[in-house]
Amino acid sequence: MGTVPVRGQSPSTSTLASASPLVVAASPHIRSQATVKRIMWLVAIALLPALGGSVWFFGPRALLLVALSVGSALLFDVLAQKAFGRKPTPFDGSAVITGLLLAYNLPPGVPLWMPVIGAAFATIVVKQFFGGLGHNFINPALAARAFLMVSWPTHMTTLWLKPHGGPLSGLDAVSGATPLALVRRAAELVPSGMDLGGLLRQANSLAELKRLFIGNVGGCLGETSALLLLVGALFLILIRVVDWRIPVTYIGTVIVLALVLPNSHLTPWFHVFSGGIILGAFFMATDYVTSPVTAKGRIIFGIGCGVITMLIRLYGGYPEGCSYSILLMNVFTPLIDRLTKPRMFGALRKRQAAA
Amino acid sequence: MFTFRGGIHPREDKEATEHKPVERLPLPARVHIPLSQHAGAPSKPVVKKDDTVKTGTLIGEPGGRISAATHASISGTVADVADLPHPLTGRRGPTVIIDSDGTDTPDESIKERDYSSFTAEQVIETIRLAGIVGMGGAAFPTFFKLTPPKEKPIDTLLINGCECEPFLTADHRLMLEHPAEVIEGTAIMAGALGVKNVIVVIEDNKPDAVKAMTAAAASTGFKVRKLKTKYPQGAEKQLIKACLKREVPSGGLPMDVGCVVQNVGTALAVRDALRLGRPLYERVTTVTGPCIKEPKNLRVRIGTPVKSLIDFCGGYSAELGKLIMGGPMMGIAVSSDDVPVVKGTSGILVLDRAATLFEEHDCIRCGRCIQVCPMGLAPLRLNNLIRRGRLEDAKTEHVKDCIECGCCAWACPARIRLVHQFKYAKFEIAAMERKQ
Repeated sequence: MGTVPVRGQSPSTSTLASASPLVVAASPHIRSQATVKRIMWLVAIALLPALGGSVWFFGPRALLLVALSVGSALLFDVLAQKAFGRKPTPFDGSAVITGLLLAYNLPPGVPLWMPVIGAAFATIVVKQFFGGLGHNFINPALAARAFLMVSWPTHMTTLWLKPHGGPLSGLDAVSGATPLALVRRAAELVPSGMDLGGLLRQANSLAELKRLFIGNVGGCLGETSALLLLVGALFLILIRVVDWRIPVTYIGTVIVLALVLPNSHLTPWFHVFSGGIILGAFFMATDYVTSPVTAKGRIIFGIGCGVITMLIRLYGGYPEGCSYSILLMNVFTPLIDRLTKPRMFGALRKRQAAA
Repeated sequence: MFTFRGGIHPREDKEATEHKPVERLPLPARVHIPLSQHAGAPSKPVVKKDDTVKTGTLIGEPGGRISAATHASISGTVADVADLPHPLTGRRGPTVIIDSDGTDTPDESIKERDYSSFTAEQVIETIRLAGIVGMGGAAFPTFFKLTPPKEKPIDTLLINGCECEPFLTADHRLMLEHPAEVIEGTAIMAGALGVKNVIVVIEDNKPDAVKAMTAAAASTGFKVRKLKTKYPQGAEKQLIKACLKREVPSGGLPMDVGCVVQNVGTALAVRDALRLGRPLYERVTTVTGPCIKEPKNLRVRIGTPVKSLIDFCGGYSAELGKLIMGGPMMGIAVSSDDVPVVKGTSGILVLDRAATLFEEHDCIRCGRCIQVCPMGLAPLRLNNLIRRGRLEDAKTEHVKDCIECGCCAWACPARIRLVHQFKYAKFEIAAMERKQ
């Protein structure tokens, strides 16, 4: 450590000149290691195993879509910040996460302009219009997915690719549908004469479950491999970047409803590992900005996501309900926060004293 | 092991001084003794320019019901009684400046005595006249805590040896070097309160102190209890909760739940006042931090300029960032090393420049501040209200219950100056309430 003279005096005399170089600010004078940037990049890193999986399953095209999505998210985020007179923050990692999540939520066969449009909507409209990082009220990537879904429904629901080393649906008899879509619209999709009961038996088989867990089935680019997503998710939970409450209550609710709702037909495991629940529960429902801040609130949020997901899957117009469930619960977040204040130290006794 | 809700685990950084015995700082040539070194009314000066004083001579008498006496910390001549900025608040107030005669002659009142026949009232009066205040940093007059109103019976005395602030080791050293004296002071206070249940509380990162205090307390019936090392374990309300599972009500005091909490340094000062007749004119403090060449624990006279302590520790070793009176979590950053050591100076911490500059971002609602708040508040919500000028709403959301421990701001990844906002809001709300 070098000694730095203060105003030409030897530091060992310790006399500070009248124009003090000392910083005067309120306590605390030390801070934890956690910074916004560090947290964001850790989340981005935790999403990388799934990226590897998507490239393996869907080929280099997956990498191109992800690169376009991340690149345009970064670009549009910075452009919007400049346009609104904010300090551009390309390195805070948040736009990278939005780009990754958006790409993970697209069918791997979509045209190359789709992630670009989606990223523009996510960063400019959903994020920066509302004030930038920390101020958006719904998850940018999911809102962009919903925007693309209503704008180009055919692209978003049919351009699936057959994964490397596996069939598209997991069920050999049928093509052109993801496992969830197949089960949801079995009556239309299953060739006449095929036994529906046999199809469901196949869907509930151990071999199919294994495929769903590993991820060599059809689906959105980054959502298919539960295994690779869980590797990153467990890392985030262990280093306490992600609170276990939302994913555990979300997935727990899905399991319970799959068991009790009359027309679920499928094992809870099929529901959990097919579609976007693992990606959604661990990486999108847990988005700090758009989920509740209190422990109790997060439990309510997770249960809400699970209920809405299953209602859409079993009774709604879409085969998949994960993204809409999270978006809907995002909207409830301020209300949940308001209703779930932490218990203040000393508050109970005051009430007792008054009683 | 009981504990409290919330809290944090900052790096302890106590290695630099925890094994270093307390050294005595050479007598300063001149001391500046502010007459407001405690919570409550300042003392009223009873000396004037050119008066001769001895070490321990009364220079300021208690100025109100909640106040403390102030004493000369060296022998010599009063150079002036001047209005000078307070070392911590910056507000001007009477300060007695004494030039040393170099002899350190003790006042006639200071002599060893047998206090065993003292009544509780005599003990408390002795503590009051000795100018003893809470040595943990808050500097609340000790006699006042020992005289609870009749309707608040006290059943437990907690002696706080947690020293949960990072970097600080003065209390740790006191427990190692003077365990018998600390226990004697504890017994004096327990006697004055008429309390049987006495617990000395120490964090489990100081096993040697636990051992020393347990040995010293062996024949007394006092308990020595280890608590989990967690900040702010030493905060009064959290300490009571962890030890006794009692919660001090919002806006209340420990005496509302039958408790009195005193710091180990206070216990030692009480012992010295009763046994040696010595008023509070010196204290042990830790001089440490990455910018101090040789960090040390020092016994110093009240009123000694901070720069004398730093010179004694070899001076500064890196580009200065902050000079802090107290610990890194709750200490007060000052603008000059000319300021004097006061009764509440538990440490002097010097941080380098790189470690003191934090860039603030917008809140990302991660919820860490809520998780760590030991008072169960929602710091991010309070911050939003205060920044929008909604002080009335911040008051309804209990900003006044904030103990300013700094856990929220420490944990905040956006580096939001939460404690700064809460201090400001509390100040403004207090001003509003005074007007009404």
